[in-house]
Amino acid sequence: MKIVTGNDLVTGDVTWWTGKGWSRHVADAVDVGADGEHIAHVEEAALRVNGPVVIDGLMTEAGPVPAHIKDRIRAAGPTVRTDLSIRPDFQIEKA
Amino acid sequence: MYKYDEYDQAVVDARVEEFRDQVRRRISGEMTEDQFKPLRLMNGLYLQLHAYMLRVAIPYGTLSGRQMHMLAHIARKYDKDYGHFTTRQNIQYNWIKLSDAPDILAELATVEMHAIQTSGNCIRNISADQYAGAAADEIEDPRPYAELLRQWSTFHPEFSYLPRKFKIAVIAADEDRAAMKLHDIGLQIVRNDAGEVGFRLYAGGGMGRTPMIAPVIRDFLPKADLLSYVEACLRVYNRFGRRDNIYKARIKILVHEIGRDEYARQVEEEFLHTKTLGLDAPEAEFQRIAALFAPPPFETGLPDEIDRSDPDFAIWVDQQVVAHKAPGYAIVNISLKPTIGIPGDASSAQIDLMADLATEYSFDEMRVTHAQNIVLPHVKKADLYTIWQKLDAAGLATPNLDLIGDIIACPGLDYCALANARSIPLAQKIAARFADLDRQRDLGELKLKISGCINACGHHHAGHIGILGVDRKGEENYQLLFGGSGAEDTSLAKIVGPGFSEDGVVDAIETAVNVYTSLRADGERFVDTYRRVGEKPFKEAIYG
Amino acid sequence: MGDLISFRTDGTHEEPAVTLDAFEGQSNATAVRLEPTDDPRALIPHLERLSLIEVAFPKFRDGRGYSVGSILREAGYTGELRAAGDVLVDQILPMRRCGFDSFLADAPIDRATMEKLGSLYDDVYQKTVDGRSPIWAKRHG
Repeated sequence: MKIVTGNDLVTGDVTWWTGKGWSRHVADAVDVGADGEHIAHVEEAALRVNGPVVIDGLMTEAGPVPAHIKDRIRAAGPTVRTDLSIRPDFQIEKA
Repeated sequence: MYKYDEYDQAVVDARVEEFRDQVRRRISGEMTEDQFKPLRLMNGLYLQLHAYMLRVAIPYGTLSGRQMHMLAHIARKYDKDYGHFTTRQNIQYNWIKLSDAPDILAELATVEMHAIQTSGNCIRNISADQYAGAAADEIEDPRPYAELLRQWSTFHPEFSYLPRKFKIAVIAADEDRAAMKLHDIGLQIVRNDAGEVGFRLYAGGGMGRTPMIAPVIRDFLPKADLLSYVEACLRVYNRFGRRDNIYKARIKILVHEIGRDEYARQVEEEFLHTKTLGLDAPEAEFQRIAALFAPPPFETGLPDEIDRSDPDFAIWVDQQVVAHKAPGYAIVNISLKPTIGIPGDASSAQIDLMADLATEYSFDEMRVTHAQNIVLPHVKKADLYTIWQKLDAAGLATPNLDLIGDIIACPGLDYCALANARSIPLAQKIAARFADLDRQRDLGELKLKISGCINACGHHHAGHIGILGVDRKGEENYQLLFGGSGAEDTSLAKIVGPGFSEDGVVDAIETAVNVYTSLRADGERFVDTYRRVGEKPFKEAIYG
Repeated sequence: MGDLISFRTDGTHEEPAVTLDAFEGQSNATAVRLEPTDDPRALIPHLERLSLIEVAFPKFRDGRGYSVGSILREAGYTGELRAAGDVLVDQILPMRRCGFDSFLADAPIDRATMEKLGSLYDDVYQKTVDGRSPIWAKRHG
């Protein structure tokens, strides 16, 4: 699946495109198909996201899982401070 | 230490207002991210994996108790209650909101602090020896020169859009405690035959994709010419440094490509010109700054003996306490590398404690080292035991200075958008594997440095053991390097062989360390044995 | 066309600027344009008869022009020194400190922001070609 992700301009929070808006939770991310670049462009111009990129992901039973470890860490939070993680249980290692 | 006058204060206050306006224009959309990015970087604000990250400047690693308390306050109020001390003597906060950044800078300005030029393609924090003003081997305190350079470089309009970042270090002794030759410009204070104080100037050092040791550009530079000469060095770089490829844009590439002699020739030619422009501050200005770095009022007649009856205290003294030039005093090293923890991180409570210790026991002064530890530079030997007890209670008394447990690690892929691999979990595994302090002491001085990517913020090329995290087909992988040093015996670590998994590299390190202990001659450190016997015995043991 | 701003009292020079190559082959031009790779010192023998030197800033992150401007003013050039190209409002102050007194920006410059930024700093740390007394000089009279 293709996911659009970025950071919130004002807070810096990691955000995921839900189809309707932006969520801090990767579980809300949708497959944007071929529309990713267009969505990223529109949303960035509207200041609703900062630095959006289109990334690869996999839909699993546990929800969307980004393909690259960097994005899995963005989804989870720092693996060495799970007390600060938004998703401490999120699987970082490739299944 | 330096104190702002009304001019210095006005500059940082104006900078806060300038940045506040820039943030406003970014949030309103008047500025694109592309336009805003260099401006926010020049105020130390990165966009990292989880949030904005703010890097606050700690000029040449020196700060007061009051300033340290402010750093704790920032951590509590605007971040998640901790900060990370860096390999350039600064502090980083990982969870900053863009909307708070101007207020944070405003609060910092009230204690003479800022985040000016801690990032961006400009002249960065001037670093210096963490034992400045306390070590017996220095010719002079290097920090007045670092302060002179700090002011000269602040908002220097000609050098705000360099090809790449520019890092300067100043040392004052033959023992290099600041990795001076691995900087874009390194300055060593020396005396010439006439006894005059000046600088041996190096240029073109650095780590990263193409690590290089800086060659000497000028054997002796009179101190009065410092600013006009460095101006010439920077101008040649600004004009001729490569701008076609960010991995080839540092001055080390320019010096390497045109050759040391040609670079020096161009600098000397430009210097003949810049010398005539009146750029150098007068001696009176240097004296004004130097007076602020005058030695504190050391007491005399103090006891020199240390009561070592507490064995844990004695171990800590032997590892962490270093001789001071003033009788009865000592230099205290505080480890931010607990056996279980995150290298270089400190909670706001720990930061407050260290601030109090500095104020009470060290003439209100402390230092940040490029090894991500803290120094109390001027401590009475008589106070060591009390200090140790307080540090121990706060988890800050691990006696591992320069041992394998004193790991230098960048934040890595847990925090950093540039990283390819995580460095902190690896550091933790290594620390756990070598948790036995008796074993660490037996291994002796072993500087282990981890970088999560080729930008080398962990200074892995300068590690006796260096580790570089790479991305191998989407998986984290680690290259192992041996034989580097950032001290006066400067050398660049060399890759040993194919990379490893995280667990694999820990095993490889243990294997290497066992090779060292089996081959070492009397008094040899790991790096000495490696240099003597070469890589072969290590490679064979690790790769079979 | 570009947004043209001048801080000179004698207005902006209208004659089109020729390239450095063309200038060196042409005896009557009074306006020349320097690219970031051109050597400004090639103009030193001709500064007296130049009314306009335009320095290209193809991308605002390319800071070579700041050295070009400084070198020209250090050599005694008093004519119009124009920064042209990707000039953004936040660069106008450092550019002026490097000797530029007119600007031809690809995108419009907000005048209110420019005024505000230009008035924030009373003092500067370095001596540059703008002639302002640096802080160290003010400290010691």
